[in-house]
Amino acid sequence: MRALTRHPLLRALFGTPGNAAITLLMLAGFAWALPPLFRWMLGDAVWEAPNRAACQAAGSGACWAFIRARFALFFYGVYPAPERWRVELGLLLLVVIGAGALFARRGRGWWLLVLLTVVPAAGAILLAGGLFGLAPVPTAQWGGLMLNVVISFVALGGAIPLGIALAFGRRSRYPVIRLLSVAMIEFWRGVPLLAVLFMGLILMPLFLPNGVTVDNLVRALVVMTLFTSAYMAETIRGGLQGVPNGQAEAAEALGMHHGQVQLLVILPQALRLSIPGIINIAVDLFKDTTLVSIVGLFDLMGVVTQSMKDPAWLGLAAEGYTFAAIVFFFACLVISLGGSLLERRFGEGSRR
Amino acid sequence: MNTRLKAHAVKGWLWQGGVALAVAALFYWLSHNLSTNLAARGMEIDFGFLAQRAGFDIPFRLVAWDGSYPYGWALYVSGVNTLFASALIIVLASLLGLALALMRLSGNPLAAGTSRTIVEVVRNTPQLTQIVFFYIAVLQVLPPMRQSITWFGSMFLNVRGLYVPAPSGTAYDAILAATCAVVVLAAVFWRRLGWHEVPRLVVLPPVLVLGAIIAGVTANWDYPSLKGFNFTGGTRVPPELLALVLGIGVYTSVFIAEIIRAAIQGIHRGQGEAARSLGLSSSQAMFLVILPQALRILIPPLTSQYLNIIKSTTLGAAIAYPEVLQIFARTVLNQSGRAVEVMTLVLGVFLAVNLLASAAMNVWNRRLALQGR
Amino acid sequence: MRGMMDLLRRGAASALAGGVVALLAASVAHAQLAPPPGPTVEAIKKRGVLNCGIDTGVPGFASQDSSGKWKGIDIDYCRALAAAVLGDPDKIKYTSTTAAARFTVLQSGEIDVLIRDSTLTFIRSTSLGLDEVAINFYAGQGFLVRKALGVTKAADLQGATICTVTGATLELNIADFARSTGAKIGTLLFDKAEEAIAAMEAGRCDGYTDDSGSLAGMRSTLKVPGDWMVLPDLISKEPLGLHIRSGDARWQKIVFWLDTALKTAEEFGVTQANADQLKATSKDPFVLRLLGAEGDFGKMLGLDNDWSYRAIKASGNYGEMYDRHWGPKALDLPRGLNNLWNKGGMHYTLPLR
Repeated sequence: MRALTRHPLLRALFGTPGNAAITLLMLAGFAWALPPLFRWMLGDAVWEAPNRAACQAAGSGACWAFIRARFALFFYGVYPAPERWRVELGLLLLVVIGAGALFARRGRGWWLLVLLTVVPAAGAILLAGGLFGLAPVPTAQWGGLMLNVVISFVALGGAIPLGIALAFGRRSRYPVIRLLSVAMIEFWRGVPLLAVLFMGLILMPLFLPNGVTVDNLVRALVVMTLFTSAYMAETIRGGLQGVPNGQAEAAEALGMHHGQVQLLVILPQALRLSIPGIINIAVDLFKDTTLVSIVGLFDLMGVVTQSMKDPAWLGLAAEGYTFAAIVFFFACLVISLGGSLLERRFGEGSRR
Repeated sequence: MNTRLKAHAVKGWLWQGGVALAVAALFYWLSHNLSTNLAARGMEIDFGFLAQRAGFDIPFRLVAWDGSYPYGWALYVSGVNTLFASALIIVLASLLGLALALMRLSGNPLAAGTSRTIVEVVRNTPQLTQIVFFYIAVLQVLPPMRQSITWFGSMFLNVRGLYVPAPSGTAYDAILAATCAVVVLAAVFWRRLGWHEVPRLVVLPPVLVLGAIIAGVTANWDYPSLKGFNFTGGTRVPPELLALVLGIGVYTSVFIAEIIRAAIQGIHRGQGEAARSLGLSSSQAMFLVILPQALRILIPPLTSQYLNIIKSTTLGAAIAYPEVLQIFARTVLNQSGRAVEVMTLVLGVFLAVNLLASAAMNVWNRRLALQGR
Repeated sequence: MRGMMDLLRRGAASALAGGVVALLAASVAHAQLAPPPGPTVEAIKKRGVLNCGIDTGVPGFASQDSSGKWKGIDIDYCRALAAAVLGDPDKIKYTSTTAAARFTVLQSGEIDVLIRDSTLTFIRSTSLGLDEVAINFYAGQGFLVRKALGVTKAADLQGATICTVTGATLELNIADFARSTGAKIGTLLFDKAEEAIAAMEAGRCDGYTDDSGSLAGMRSTLKVPGDWMVLPDLISKEPLGLHIRSGDARWQKIVFWLDTALKTAEEFGVTQANADQLKATSKDPFVLRLLGAEGDFGKMLGLDNDWSYRAIKASGNYGEMYDRHWGPKALDLPRGLNNLWNKGGMHYTLPLR
């Protein structure tokens, strides 16, 4: 017994009676839950079958053949197959420039500028087409994971400047500006996203001049951007409060004006402090994009539920939801990892 | 200098006035469009429909309801449902969050690793998927109706929910309401009443229990029994509520766990060491020294998590929990066709609840911060 | 010093204003003027695309296959309409609409026609300004219940709990049924049919209710379809059909006569396969008029005479469409009311002469 507790790991696991009890309890829990899950997901799963009936005949586990049959649909929606290279090119652009902004040793500001200006413009031209001989693809044909990425990127890109403006507005010395900023922030933070999306869908036509219709996707983008910007404003306000007063005083002593001080001295530091919060918002935003399926857009979740209604594959909800959950898990993990990398990079800069 | 300052102030007001004017113009434009559009469709804004007979059934409610009540009352019934679910979720999420945070900090690598895995998996998957998952899981675990789990011959648990005897009667209502009022008032004004010596947590809970027992004795009890397809009588807690509480509770608990962990780690190490050197055990040091101090740091982030919970209950519509969005923005909107009025009310309710809750949390935060000094 | 500051502040203000203007400009750039509510056909021809509003997914009416292609009787109708008006059944933009939004979308001019297993009620017709031009599926609200319950008719469901989806007439019909017959039926309302079905299979409810066309599709999704039965009686009438905005007589006539042509084609035995041959060889004046070999019927609608011939070539006659989606090889729902009048059904069309 004594020999057993000598190894540090074993001591950590079984060192005290309490610890040993926790360890044994958890091991028992794993033994109970994991094997059936493993059997369903891998052991008894069926990877190749033409439809659900064949799938069920072949094995009692998950019917992954369903996912395989609709794989392209899950990623591109009904985006026309010959044009899918455009989506891939857009994604490649995003990944390369995004990685550049993360890893570049020099000129990171330029990379970020390109990420926030060139990428959206090029992405819009690539995806929507209609210019430079690219065939136009109506937004009704956009779908799948691509739509989640587009919505998150646009909403985040729009929410950061809007959030900065609102955060400064909330600290403004002018009461009217302050009041309007607070009202805007508290309104969007006080209502459920589902309710405002619903409202944007049903009521927006009523608030626009008669006969003007706005693309479904644009409506969702507007709502998501405004909703996110309120949360962004509060995060950035926290960052602004975290910058020591001495910074502003020192800058003003150097002869800078109020506006210069705020934009050139305070804001960069505040943004650096806000990075973890911004990353959390990005992860939440990405997960929340699944709610756009209620306004008739076919994002990944929408395509998954839609696929469950294909007469050949009816009734495979567990597989569909599990697949969506796994995709979201890894996508969000990538965002989080990128975020902590960004945090460390900017941290390095401040330590030097 | 003085005139320049004045000019400066004037400019400031001009600039504010311009913004205010622009916002007012925007609102005017929107409302003008709205009124022309409504007129073109022969519709008008009219909240009179709230007094009309609703005629639909609400499967779970805590206050009186049947089809003969008006639409307006449905907002109240579903609002109570939303708040009830939110309250349960807040309790569960806080406890679970604390447990996950303590597991993470326990020093047992298995517990810490499990906690970390749970946190990562839960916070990186969409909330709606988790709620649906818990709903299906709850329904799979509970037994079918004819094989209910029975306690004392009067409480039944099955896939349709938990059936318990329901108390009623005017004496019961009065005693219970009076006890609650006394306890709440005493809790709030404890200090002003000058009862410093006795901690309120020792006195008030027994008072509450005693009041409940007296009320229970005087009440008429309605027992559930199996008739036809369903149990009738008594009160039913539906599995939808359980699934919603589990789904949102687990989801929020991982965020709360991270908040608690950060707060505990933010307390200076010396505090724990000092407590240990005074002879406190490690759990005593945690619950008596570290957690009370951590509480102060974590109130602001905790507030926003609690507010998120209230808003997230709208996802209950996916699993048939009758909350505000489902009852009002779906059924009532569909039945009455009054989209603008209904959505205004729904947004208004959520705004009001959120602003009130955040105001209450601010007060609590200020009092805790003061006590600390 | 102060002047500089003002300048800076003004700069910040104009930057802010510029941002707002840019945002507005961007949204206006995306906004497009809808066609005026009169000459819908001209707008479709000019656009070259038919905007067809459909469901977000109900087997039999509209669902997507593995390649993302829409299938269902509503889709076949959209294709026939596009073929008749534009000459190409693929020139369609499908807009999926949720139950809550479908009529608003039609009203606002985003779509030309709504073919979405929808029932037009008195309230919808008068307060929303819409017309149901033709009926492509006669349904009624039915119940899918567990056989073991021993229930044989809807009135036996007194005290039972039924799962269903929210946002449709279903819950209202149940409430009306309860008021008129005294059979109080509890409902549990879900956002999506999948969750409602899963809850029902787990024993949370005694059954599921939907229109009879959708019930057939839902029954086939069950784990053990044999444990469940569809009750024979229907508690409501749900004539599902093709909707347009009121006030465009020409568009209304085209949609109406297209539906008539597809049903007439079945009555006279004209199919997708034999349309070419019959056009050349048939002696039946009805068939010849239908296929545009005789008369000027298409021109009188403002189209060309091959309009209905192209529609039949695109989607087949009504019977072929039904068989494709509800026939024995598909969802297997007996035709019942959806048969032609001379075979015991409800489809009794105006004469094409």
